Amino acid sequence: MKRAGFSDRWLPVLFLLPQLTIIFIFFYWPAAHALRSSFFLQDPFGFGETFVGMKNYTMLLDSASYMRAAWFTVIFTSLVTFLSLSIALLLAVKADKVIRGAKTYRTLLMWVYAVAPPVAGVIGLVLFDQSWGPLRDFVALFGWDFRLGVNYFDTAFTLVVMSVWKQLPVNFIFFLSGLQSIPRSVREAALIDNRSAAGRFWDVTFPLLAPTGFFLLIINITYSLFDTFGIFDTQFKGEPGNNPMTLVYKVYLDGFRGNDLGGSSAQSVILMVLVLALTIFQFRMVERRIHYT
Amino acid sequence: MAQVKLNAVRKTYPNGFEAVKPASFDITDGEFVVLVGPSGCGKSTMLRMIAGLEDISEGELYIGETVVNNVDPADRDIAMVFQNYALYPHMTVRKNIGYGLKNRKIPSTEIDAKVAEAANMLNLNDYLDRKPSQLSGGQRQRVAMGRAIVRDPALFLFDEPLSNLDAKLRNQMRIEIKALQRRLGVTAVYVTHDQVEAMTMADRIIVMNGGVIEQIGTPSEVYHSPASTFVASFMGAPPMNLFDGHANGTEVHVGETPLHRHTHQGKVTVGIRPEDIVPDVTGPLAINVNIIEELGAHRLLHGHTADQAVTIHVAKDFPAVTGPMTASLKPDAVSLFDSETGHRL
Amino acid sequence: MSVPARRIRWSAVLDHSILIIGSLIMILPVVMLVQMASTTDLHTTKFGPGWVFGDQLPVNFEKAMFKADGFSGENTGLRMLYNSMILGFGFAIGKIVIGMMAAYAIVYFRLKFATLAFWVIFTTLLLPLEVRILPSYEIVQKLGMLNTYQGLIIPLIASATATFFFRQYFRSIPEELVEAARIDGAGPIKFFIDILVPLSRTMIAAMFIIMFVYGWNQYLWPTMITTDEGMYTLVRGIKQITQTLEGTNLPEYGRSNLLAIIAILPPVLIVIFFQSWFVKGLTESDK
Repeated sequence: MKRAGFSDRWLPVLFLLPQLTIIFIFFYWPAAHALRSSFFLQDPFGFGETFVGMKNYTMLLDSASYMRAAWFTVIFTSLVTFLSLSIALLLAVKADKVIRGAKTYRTLLMWVYAVAPPVAGVIGLVLFDQSWGPLRDFVALFGWDFRLGVNYFDTAFTLVVMSVWKQLPVNFIFFLSGLQSIPRSVREAALIDNRSAAGRFWDVTFPLLAPTGFFLLIINITYSLFDTFGIFDTQFKGEPGNNPMTLVYKVYLDGFRGNDLGGSSAQSVILMVLVLALTIFQFRMVERRIHYT
Repeated sequence: MAQVKLNAVRKTYPNGFEAVKPASFDITDGEFVVLVGPSGCGKSTMLRMIAGLEDISEGELYIGETVVNNVDPADRDIAMVFQNYALYPHMTVRKNIGYGLKNRKIPSTEIDAKVAEAANMLNLNDYLDRKPSQLSGGQRQRVAMGRAIVRDPALFLFDEPLSNLDAKLRNQMRIEIKALQRRLGVTAVYVTHDQVEAMTMADRIIVMNGGVIEQIGTPSEVYHSPASTFVASFMGAPPMNLFDGHANGTEVHVGETPLHRHTHQGKVTVGIRPEDIVPDVTGPLAINVNIIEELGAHRLLHGHTADQAVTIHVAKDFPAVTGPMTASLKPDAVSLFDSETGHRL
Repeated sequence: MSVPARRIRWSAVLDHSILIIGSLIMILPVVMLVQMASTTDLHTTKFGPGWVFGDQLPVNFEKAMFKADGFSGENTGLRMLYNSMILGFGFAIGKIVIGMMAAYAIVYFRLKFATLAFWVIFTTLLLPLEVRILPSYEIVQKLGMLNTYQGLIIPLIASATATFFFRQYFRSIPEELVEAARIDGAGPIKFFIDILVPLSRTMIAAMFIIMFVYGWNQYLWPTMITTDEGMYTLVRGIKQITQTLEGTNLPEYGRSNLLAIIAILPPVLIVIFFQSWFVKGLTESDK
């Protein structure tokens, strides 16, 4: 709060009211509702509910399909995060270095930010189309008989490729702006201190990008968990079948299409706890991280 | 230790802007040279070319006996102190100072010894394990100095190293840097826009303006015999008085007053330092004083003579009042400049 | 004097090659969509994407904008474009207005329950809509807001990203400004409208771009909330498109790919043309 703040009593309440109302109706109420539902078993025909305690949760942990989705989520998230961060870092370092065409490269590498995830899913369908997909033809040269939507691994491969493609721009933009905020003189000092370009990168540039990288790590994990939904859903063309899916997709599938409200709520609560843990971890790290000023 | 030689070194940017016009000069071994000039005069570009941070468009640069135009900064045997210190924010003071040595594959015991020695010299012993963000401005400055010292370079480069410090610290560091350079005997090139730093620190001053070297000389030469009206007005605070004058072949007049004997004929610019004008009841120069600036140790009188602005430096015990007064000139006080080109006559 | 021979910098060649490959990877997939939208469906069905552009863009555009599929015949491209615009603008404007007001109250007033309000609001940053998607759906259903623009937009606004962003920005505005304004006799409303809002113009623009793109690209929430075809947005409609590609004798590649292009065009153009604001909004909003 500002030192010289206004002291009106009702005005700020008025200003806060729209935000608070929306939050209570569409955030706290649903969250509480999910928490409550996760302890009940809903009658599939809408006639009442029974308190079942932790049963919804224990059932999930015993469910092979849930554990399969959980494992896939972990692997998918790690792959997407690692690949999109490292490729974006490489591109950002190069875009930061070149003088000619720097602006053009920047535009070309970031506009995909605005492409909606389901469109990325559609592109994946075309690229790996069974009869004439260009990338399918390409991997066929190496004897890979690619079967999108049929083979579990091939489908997962497409999902990872398209999710990385869609996420590159965000990471690129943040890394580039992180690089550009490193003072020029610090880089020049390194130029005098170290003749090896690789040495300068790992000793000076990389540690100075660490805060950006850490922040992006969290962003990428949340992206892989939540924002990839559109990519999955278009790839499945509405028929998830035995395809790989993330936990978020499963919440939607079980709850919305399968009408298992209790189980789906329990899944929601697990996700909430997961995201909360992640955020708390992030805040902890931010607090501890050295402020480079 | 090394001498530096520039042979017609020139800097043009891709957009055609010529930041440094072909410049040639030598710096002898152990000399402290200050590049001074207003911002945008090309002094920093010159220093950065010497450091290798900026490509040289034309000409040759020698450090020692070799042409170093295409030598990497890390291989030029130089050390540089930057304006904002350019410390590595994620490294401790110890690592900051030792980083350059580590990259030269020097054994760590030797690095430790050198860092300790530099820390001793700069009173940094208590701060070796801190990060730069935990240091004051003056301490960061010392770390930057330490980083330069331990390299034991052939050439020290300073890019306005004191401009981020407060006035008191600046005066103190000025003396320390000069003393350090003397003690180590290292050749140094120092860039500043502050003419006081230039005067007090330099063995020789190079005054630059608009990418051109206006004058190279000792502080005394630059102060007392400025090569151009630019140097005359840039060096010294308050600056040299510059009057429009007229020369008739024997004498130079400002207004109706003859001030100087010279064979030149036509319009001239007459330069006189404020302290070379002395109050004198019988003096030839009639001055009307408007404003008195009290500076404690002395006073500055601002006024007009023959409708032109003039500043006089008088002793603190001179009973100054506003209104008319007369003054005379000290011998050899007058510098004459071509009024067209600004060059010294 | 001889000019030193220009050195070929192999490292620069490598840098540019990497950047060019990266750029191509970003562009080619979308060029491919455009190419497929420019040929006949028969051609695409037989040969798939190629390097030669056809002349079918106008025909496919006509189909994409004005032809509907499904039962009601309401989900034409034009209708979906209209709905997407409403979602994009409604979400961005709603979020910015509500966020600025809340941030103003938190930063510039002495509030008894300021800390509580802060935490109540900022907890929402922790849980994205996706994790509470089903209960949110149920509540929207209870409130009778399925298949309405309110039901589409308002629950998406229930997170405090914009509030947080403006709070950070307001805190960076010098204290003296409000002091000067008070000395000049400006009350809280005047200060907000005459000084704070104009001062935040760049920030508002930056936030608007981010929020517009975010709202426009929403997929999961519109998929759940809108079952009425007249309420489909372009991005939500993509699912419908890919589903109709299945099973039909001659899949309408031209029309569906053109719809996908129309769906990405407005946000892409905004991001490209207002690039500096966009980058500012993105990199500063998430700190």
